[in-house]
Amino acid sequence: MAMLEIEGLDAWYGASHILHKVSLKVEKGEIVALVGRNGAGKTSTLRAVMGLMPRATGRVRFDSTELLPRAAHERFKLGLAYVPEERRIVQGLTVRENLQLGLVASARKIDERTAIDEIAESFPRLKERLHQQGTTMSGGEQQMLAIARAMIAKPSMILLDEPSEGIMPVLVEEMGVLFRKMRDQGMTLVLVEQNVEWALKLADRAVIIDQGEIVHESSAAALLADKDIQDRYCAV
Amino acid sequence: MDLELILMQLFSGVALGAVLIMAALGLTIIFGMLGIVNFAHGALFMVGAYAGVWVAEQTGNFWWALLLAPLAVGAFGMLIERFLIRPLYKRSVDDPLLLTFGLGYVLVEAVRIVFGTDGVPFATPEALSGVVDLGIGYFPLYRLFVVGLVAVVLLALWVALEKTKFGLIVRAGAKDPLMMRVLGVDISALWLVVFGLGVALTALGGVLAAPMRNVTPEMGTLVLAEAFVVTVIGGMGSLLGAVIAGLVVGVAVSMTALFAPEMATIVMFALMALVLLFRPQGLFGQSVRA
Repeated sequence: MAMLEIEGLDAWYGASHILHKVSLKVEKGEIVALVGRNGAGKTSTLRAVMGLMPRATGRVRFDSTELLPRAAHERFKLGLAYVPEERRIVQGLTVRENLQLGLVASARKIDERTAIDEIAESFPRLKERLHQQGTTMSGGEQQMLAIARAMIAKPSMILLDEPSEGIMPVLVEEMGVLFRKMRDQGMTLVLVEQNVEWALKLADRAVIIDQGEIVHESSAAALLADKDIQDRYCAV
Repeated sequence: MDLELILMQLFSGVALGAVLIMAALGLTIIFGMLGIVNFAHGALFMVGAYAGVWVAEQTGNFWWALLLAPLAVGAFGMLIERFLIRPLYKRSVDDPLLLTFGLGYVLVEAVRIVFGTDGVPFATPEALSGVVDLGIGYFPLYRLFVVGLVAVVLLALWVALEKTKFGLIVRAGAKDPLMMRVLGVDISALWLVVFGLGVALTALGGVLAAPMRNVTPEMGTLVLAEAFVVTVIGGMGSLLGAVIAGLVVGVAVSMTALFAPEMATIVMFALMALVLLFRPQGLFGQSVRA
């Protein structure tokens, strides 16, 4: 059974109908790239899975638990983590405190000190900055912090919204290595990206969303080779 | 005018400021976290004072009043948040404001019905009556106790906010409630607790003020105005601002009472006007709410 199963998902912002009968499956231990134009519904799909859309109908099952009737904070406790596009590093808190936020509501018993030490090993850039204010770091470092904060409670699935946006190429490469490593450790990743080529090289499977509907599903390699479809749905 | 008198008056100002801080802290915490301007705050201060009077009468013990009245009124505050304010979060900001405004009147009327319109006497507890020699003059022991207790409460609050997991959640929840939700924090439960805490603080202020002010159903009206002045001067949502501004206002009022008694009640509004002219966000406020 798939780790995440979305069936006939509709979602609205006020009166505007954003997602139309979206269905997609994400298997355990894979990276799925969700691509498409600006405003196609990528972020809304992630937000609907996380419980942040004002209104959503249909079925979303995670680990065989029905998500839509549950509040956002309950979904986190099921092992679902979310890195929003704006990163949302909390202002006025240190890097360390921001990492602690990833643990405060965890359903598992995790020793805070050990967890922070471990995560600092995986993110050397954060290690030296644990006592710095989170929001004073560069965009790339804040992105790393946002990912580390989402990972620290060891979720089984992580939803990433445009992690490469506005980040130096060298850090984007570093991030790609990290995502593969996370997958190889058994984590499942859903990657929303504008940087289509990078995302497709990284992912196992690819899904294209256009005007709130899923229009294409294939292996990432197949989509990477198919310039026609890429041009039709992903050209900026 | 001699120095001793001025120093004594300064100390009176600090004691006055201590009570103001209790009232203003709750107001500013509730605003900073929930974004709600609680117009019932003065009335809840008054309810705190009456609850203190009642508990003291029943038990014959001021200490029980000091402990139980804020707890009971804080719990009552949680009921208000849960059943009256929570349904209004998704509406415009006017709705909770109007609700608390009306609730203030309801509470005043309710107290008038139960305890009468005349007000009730509340004597300084025996253990705390009398004066102490401060070296510069004799100072009422009770006021000294109020300053000390408020200092302890402030220290405890600071430790709770800065050194505990709960405090971290509160600080982060004030800045970014949405992120806290996706990190698994039940933000409505947090707001419930914070509202209760804010109300308990003002109720404690009410109990502490009871032996110093007249306990009447209307006592909250002035307190609400004072708490607003303190919050505006300190910066809406700023805890440190509420503490500093509370002391500044307390000292300013009591100094003015010494030199120009007829000006004493308006000096705090003059201070507020000055702050609004030159630093509209308040001494410790942020110009834009994050």
